[in-house]
Order: sequence, then C-alpha cells, then structure tokens
Amino acid sequence: MMLSRTADHLFWMARYMERAENTARMLDVNYQTSLLPQSAEAAEQGWRGLLSISELRFDYAKRYGAIDPRAVLDYMVRDERNPSSIASCLRAARENARAVRGTLTTEVWETTNQTWLEFSRVSSSSTLRRDPSAVFEWVKFRSHLSRGVSVGTMLQDEAFHFVRIGSFLERADNTARLLDVKFHSADGEYHGALQRRDSLEQDFYHWSSILRTVSAFEVYRKVYRNVIQPEKVAELLMLRPDMPRSLAACVNEVLLNLRMVANEQSGDTLRRAGRLQSELQYGRIDEILATGLHAYLTQFLDRIGDLGAGISRDFLVAVH
Amino acid sequence: MRPSFDEMNASRTTVREHYRTYERWLARQPAELMSARREEAEVIFRRVGITFAVYGDKDAGEGTERLIPFDLIPRVIPAHEWRDMERGLRQRVMALNRFIHDVYHGQEIIKAGIVPAEQVLRNAQFRPEMINVDVPGGVYSLIAGIDIVRAANADGSGTYYVLEDNLRVPSGVSYMLENRKMMMRLFPDLFSEHRVAPVEHYPDLLLDTLRSVAPGSVNEPTVVVLTPGMHNSAYFEHAFLAQQMGVELVEGQDLFVRDNFVYMRTTRGAKRVDVIYRRVDDDFLDPLVFRPNSTLGCAGLLSVYRSGNVALANAIGTGVADDKSIYPYVPKMIEFYLGEKPVLQNVPTHLCRVDEDLKYVLDHLDELVVKEVHGAGGYGMLVGPAASKDEIARFRSQLIANPTNYIAQPTLALSTCPTFVEAGIAPRHIDLRPFVLSGKTVQMVPGGLTRVALKAGSLVVNSSQGGGTKDTWVLED
Repeated sequence: MMLSRTADHLFWMARYMERAENTARMLDVNYQTSLLPQSAEAAEQGWRGLLSISELRFDYAKRYGAIDPRAVLDYMVRDERNPSSIASCLRAARENARAVRGTLTTEVWETTNQTWLEFSRVSSSSTLRRDPSAVFEWVKFRSHLSRGVSVGTMLQDEAFHFVRIGSFLERADNTARLLDVKFHSADGEYHGALQRRDSLEQDFYHWSSILRTVSAFEVYRKVYRNVIQPEKVAELLMLRPDMPRSLAACVNEVLLNLRMVANEQSGDTLRRAGRLQSELQYGRIDEILATGLHAYLTQFLDRIGDLGAGISRDFLVAVH
Repeated sequence: MRPSFDEMNASRTTVREHYRTYERWLARQPAELMSARREEAEVIFRRVGITFAVYGDKDAGEGTERLIPFDLIPRVIPAHEWRDMERGLRQRVMALNRFIHDVYHGQEIIKAGIVPAEQVLRNAQFRPEMINVDVPGGVYSLIAGIDIVRAANADGSGTYYVLEDNLRVPSGVSYMLENRKMMMRLFPDLFSEHRVAPVEHYPDLLLDTLRSVAPGSVNEPTVVVLTPGMHNSAYFEHAFLAQQMGVELVEGQDLFVRDNFVYMRTTRGAKRVDVIYRRVDDDFLDPLVFRPNSTLGCAGLLSVYRSGNVALANAIGTGVADDKSIYPYVPKMIEFYLGEKPVLQNVPTHLCRVDEDLKYVLDHLDELVVKEVHGAGGYGMLVGPAASKDEIARFRSQLIANPTNYIAQPTLALSTCPTFVEAGIAPRHIDLRPFVLSGKTVQMVPGGLTRVALKAGSLVVNSSQGGGTKDTWVLED
C-alpha cells in the first residue's frame, strides 16, 4: 500500500531517467555515424531522423531553423526549453525523486540528485563541442548507476515495482521509436529484404548503428554468428526476450511488475499487457515484416501509450 | 563599552571550563584541514539535498534552493545549565498548553483579570471554531520550539531569556539532527574526547508523541506528515521527518473526507488516517472553514477533527498563545496555572498598544528592537541601534499608524560564539531553539538548534536573512 501520488512520482522518476539514457544513446550513435565519410544529405538525414524519433522536428525548426549538428546537440542535450532534452529529463527525474525522497533509499535519492547537480558541469558547451561522446557515456553510466542502486538497495515492495514499470515502459517506447525511424529512413515502408541495395558497406553501418545504440552489436554477433541483416536486427530488438532492450524483454518486465501490484481495478490493464506480451512471445519476424514494420510499430507504440494510461488510471490517479 | 558575553571565551585569555577540551583540540588543527572539512560539509549537504527555499525569490532555477550555512565550531552547553533550561522549558510549555485550553473553554485567566479579554478574543489567531472542542489529553502544542538567547549583563555574566514561543509549526529540528550527523562524520575524534548527549532519538520521541494522541478506539494508528509540497521552504524537513518516523508524507490532494473520517488515496484504495502532523498553517487546513481557495488542506477536515475522529498536531488555534502580544503574560500564566515561579525569564517588553509604552518606544527607537506582533522569520522588524535615520523615520510612521501591531524590547547584547568566517575565526551572535514534545508526557532531546548571525554585529539569525547553524552540544557530567 502506498500513496497514489507517491507511486506516480516513482513511475515518472524512472521514466525520465530511462529517457535521458535512451536520448544519450541515440545521440551518441548519430554522432559517431556522422564522423564516417558520407554525403551532406545523408548526414542531415541522420540528424533529422533523430529529431523525428522524439517528435521534435518542428519544435527544433521553430527555434533553430536549418539542421546543424552542433545546434541539434545543444538542443537535445542542454536546452531546457526542449522538454525531451537530457537536461530536462534529468531535472524532471530529480524533481520527481525529491517529491518522494522519503520513500527512496538514501542512495537512490542521492544518486538522482547528484546526477542533476553535476550535469551542467559535465555537459558544458565546451565539453559538448570537444567530446560529445564523453557526455553521453556519462549519462549512460549515471543511468546504470541509478538502476543498479534501485535494484541493489530498495525494498522489493510496491515502490520498487512502480519504478521498474516506469523504466521498462519507457524503454519499450524508446526502442520501438528507434526501430521505426531507422527502418523507415532505410526504405519507406519496410517489408523485408531490401529492394534497393546501394552498397553492402553502407548497409552495414546503418544497421550496426542501430545495434550499437542499444548496446546490442556484440550481442548480435553472439546470437546469430552471421553478417548484419536487417531482418535479424529487427528480430533481436523486438522478439528476443533475453535481449535486455528488446520490446519482448521490456513488456515481460512490465507485465511481471504489474502482476505484483495488481489491485481490484487493474484487471483490464493486466489483460492487455498479457496479450501484448504473448503476441511478442509467439510472434514471428517474417509475419511482422509481411504486414509492414512501420504499421506494426505504430500499433505497438499506441498500445504502450494505452498501457501507460491504464496504469495511471488504475494506480496513480486519485480514487474517490 | 557595551557588555558582551562569549560562550567560549570568558576573557581574552581565559576559556570557559566546558570549552577547554574543545579549544585545545581546535588549536591543534591546521587551518587547511578546517577549510577542507568546511568544503566537505558543503558538498555533502548539497548531495543529500539539505536545502531550503527562499520566499520572494523569483528565480525558478537552482537558485531557489539554498544551503543553510553550517558552522564547524559547536555551541557547547554545560550539563547544569541544560538542567535548569529543561526544567524551565517543561514548565513554560505546560503553562502555555493550559492557557490555550483555558482560552477555548472557561477563560478563567481572563475572568481573573490576568490577561485582557481583547488580547485574546480579538486576536487574529483566536479560532472561535475551537471553542469547547476537546483535544486529546488537552494538549494543543505537541511540538513547540522555544527561542532562547543569552544576554550579557553589565557585570560580564550572562542570563538566558526566552525570546519567543513557537507553538504553531516550528521548524529547524532536521538541521539539529543533520548537523550532529555531519559533525560526527567530520570530527569523530571530538566525540571520543567529549561526553556529548545524543539527539538522534528525536524522531522516535516525535512518533511516540504523535501516536499518544490518536483517537481512543484505534489500536495501530496511522500517522502521516502533511506538507504544503516540495516548494515549501521547509520541505526537506517534512520529508526527512516522515522518512525517519517511517510514515507517509502526504499533501492535501492525497487526503479526503468520507463519512466523517479522513482517508488517504493509495494504490490499494482508501486508507484511514488517525493522526496528522501537519506542517500547514491553520488558514490553509480546511477550505470549507478557513481560506476557501486553499488547495493545501483537506475539505471537511475540521468537522472530522471536532468529532474526535482524527488528531491534529499541532491543534488548530495555538497561535493565540505564541503571538508577541501574549508573550509578556507568559510568566503570569505560569504562576496562575502551575502555582510556580517561572524558571526561564522573559525579555522585558513594551506593548505599543498601551499609550505610555508607545510614548517610551517612540522616544527610544534608536535603542530598541521593534517587532510586528504577528511577524516571523525576521521580517518586518526594526533593530534600532543598527538602523539608519531613514529606516527609523519610516518605521516611526508605520508604528504611529498602527501601534497595536507592534511590541518593543531592549536591544539585548546577545551572546556570541566563535565562528568560521571569511577572515578566520570571529565571534558571532547566536540563539537557541530547543524542541519540546508534549503528548502523554513532556519529552525533549538535550539541546536544540543553534542559529548564528554570520554578518559581523548582526543580531538576525534567521536562515531567510543569511543566518547559519551550528551543532549544539549538551555535555553530560
């Protein structure tokens, strides 16, 4: 039993921290890719795709105009007018933690607070210009630390389960968006084998960048022992339950933790989470690709949004 | 020369007995070590988030959360002084609680002609809603913070005076606890050389006090701390106390009233609440009775309270007794209710609503401290000797326009304590706020929160006005 408002803050604390990490991951890979020899058009395409993932293309254009790598980095990392920037996410995570600091272990609170306190120094414009990867690395490790400290110090009660639900719901959303944008940018609507093969080399960098974003490059090699193929990339990141950032793994965790907090009114949300989970568990990548990846992912994102709304309604919003 | 009293140094060459061990220790510490410890303390306070918000600070960023400066040199109180002070505090708080009960019941003290009726009944803090309401054990101010200063006498000795009673929602106890934790972390060796009375059990005493006032029928009472929210200046303390006691920290929006009971909204539905340690002022507690636009409280709370189905700490209406216009009558209250002589002294006080007092005050503005009757936090006061001619002139017209709103006291030569400042170690003025808990019994931890005015010569110790804090040691015999 815990206050609904407390559960709400914990849920969002975890979501924002996860979002900061995923944003750092996407920015890092995009930045690394931009260092490869490529056409100006391709480079711009990469940064535009990145803004699309977070539905920020128009907001960016309004504030900064044309796509400029430095401006995009500033906008996505430090600009607090952008609610999805890393700075905004870390602040929101910290504000949510502060609102319920009594519920958190000292370590969880201090980790979150310290991350926020140090971020402005770590992400100074000179560091961001000189060595953006160092900033992204730092954000990733602070997020690892937050997660580790939660798992390592929190009592496994409801508070913990709401933290986990927040993390994995956010991660499911972020992985799905990443896949959608990256496959979309490769080939309009993706239905499987590429029709237009510019060069094997370019493909390799495109698909391997997705893998690297979610720390899955080595995992891919280990699982498939094969060259990088888009179908397998999609399978790994969607259906493999043992791949920690895949849709299947995330939905498994959401379901698991949702069961632990179930109450009188959460039956329907639990049912919908269970259905989504079993579809991923028993789904096949060739079937998904045959119906169209973009359509599938759009529908998946809707259902994740729906689950978030259900959780909010069942647990977090006031009951009278 | 004005008399002065330093807590550590009896004269330029003699250190007071209870500070001797400390002074020898301090003399052995290299300056770099002390400044390194100072920085360490600041880093830790920031990381832990021991901050407070400053009102009127429009800056929405990091700037709204400030650290209260922490001074490394402790304020030390010898055992025998604390024994007297504790006796005096007990006596004073008991009498004040009796007074509040009386005011809302038979009003014997008014009938006896000791406190003027209009001082009570026309006081803005008097809550007619509380008339004939019986609160558990007849205790109104369960958590009281009594501000005490030591002032120098002409012969060089010092006397403790009560400067102010805080009977509504006194704050600062979390700093008392965190300061001790910090000192033990920074200077463990000091604690092996001194017998410092522990204070860490305060949250336990607080929980015990709160549980003792739960409605009679409840076996395992649910206690909560009610906070106005994270933007309140004392939010850290609210969260800290809730965590230390292991109870929920709630906001008004988490509570609701149904069938004359108070409930909180949880992930498992509604849960009944029995005791509310509220850190929200009376005015905001129940929009149906007090300020209708308040969202910090809970609609219907007062009616549940009056039925005895929920306990509030502190009770509603305690402000009637800690008002500066009631303060001058406290020594007489002690005699009236307890039949005892007051142990702790009041500062001689002029009531500006009395014509001859007002005349005296107007003639001596440059010597007196003039305070608003309802003011708090060091706002709206005039420190005569430190004020410019213009400030005095401006204050004079305010005072003439509304004399009932002010009291005046002589400028006390507040005692000083050696303190780390930019230029090294220098004496700075201090006060002390012990916390007195009254439930079934009266309990307190030894000492309290020592506040220090960091500006040279300043007498204003409030954190909102640039004051700092020190660890407070009561030495055991």
